[in-house]
Amino acid sequence: MSEHQIDDWQHHADVAPGDEEEFSVGKALAGYVVGLALAVLLTATSFFIASTDLVWQPSIPVAIIVLAIAQMGVHLVFFLHITTGPDNTNNVLALAFGLLIVFLVITGSLWIMSHLNQNMMPMDQIMQMQR
Amino acid sequence: MTDVMADERLHLPGGHEGPASKRIVTGYGFWIFLLSDMVMFSCFFAAYAVLSGQTAGGPKGSEIFDLRNVAIETGCLLLSSFACGLAAIAAGVRNETWFQIAMAVTCILGLAFLAIEFNEFASLVARGAGPSRSAFLSAFFALVGCHGLHVSAGILWLLTMMAQVFAKGFRADILRRFLCFALFWHALDIIWVAVFSVVYLLGSTS
Repeated sequence: MSEHQIDDWQHHADVAPGDEEEFSVGKALAGYVVGLALAVLLTATSFFIASTDLVWQPSIPVAIIVLAIAQMGVHLVFFLHITTGPDNTNNVLALAFGLLIVFLVITGSLWIMSHLNQNMMPMDQIMQMQR
Repeated sequence: MTDVMADERLHLPGGHEGPASKRIVTGYGFWIFLLSDMVMFSCFFAAYAVLSGQTAGGPKGSEIFDLRNVAIETGCLLLSSFACGLAAIAAGVRNETWFQIAMAVTCILGLAFLAIEFNEFASLVARGAGPSRSAFLSAFFALVGCHGLHVSAGILWLLTMMAQVFAKGFRADILRRFLCFALFWHALDIIWVAVFSVVYLLGSTS
């Protein structure tokens, strides 16, 4: 078994979520600083947009949600070190499944409850029928 | 971190890899737990989104939210997440002094966050806008309170990690626990991003 083969295997080994592929203080620190800067930028933008009149008002909720999703992505990549590298496949697949469930729960609840709300008899009529 | 990671993995003859190292298995298992925690939070978010308009004649979100406080809370959590990352770097190079300093900063910022949130809750209850006032406020206190409980648990865990590193040093099992703690703390920050966007910012615009 040659040295080269061992290197090759170690290169393709999995990493734990939160661990980086190669550890060096400078690189790790730079990662956290970039993550913090991006997160602060996105947070400041969404707080600014929420309280300004400069932006077309109906676009504000969408903008806030898009900024929030972007910031979650920044946190995942720079703080939790969940990346799309070959050694991260298991972590990303678990994340994808989690996101699927989160999506189903939230949109499903909103969808069903808004329809129920529309189709339900007004409360005072229900109360009269029960008498 | 190289000497922990490199590589407890066995190289079996025939080119097959042995089982993954304990650090990878532990981290992966904890990652699955965090994802299930996020699924639980998504239920609270769904409940809040459905009930956010049901104020029963009580105060609306835009009347009770103080965005300046929320911005300070957000700053505290972001910086504590960053400090936790610095603690992870210190643990990676086995520097106990910097580890304890970074963890102490993480702890103080987390406590500041909790203090601001507690004040907000107390003043809401004092103004008669407690969780029993309307469906909207029940959902609000359940969701934001649940995140606050997670932060409190995280701070207890953080203090435990400081004590364990102080008493036992950077042993492999202690480092695995710290890996899980760091993941937990960063994940709480992700959930807070959703909370301040969906609850506070969307609530104050509508």
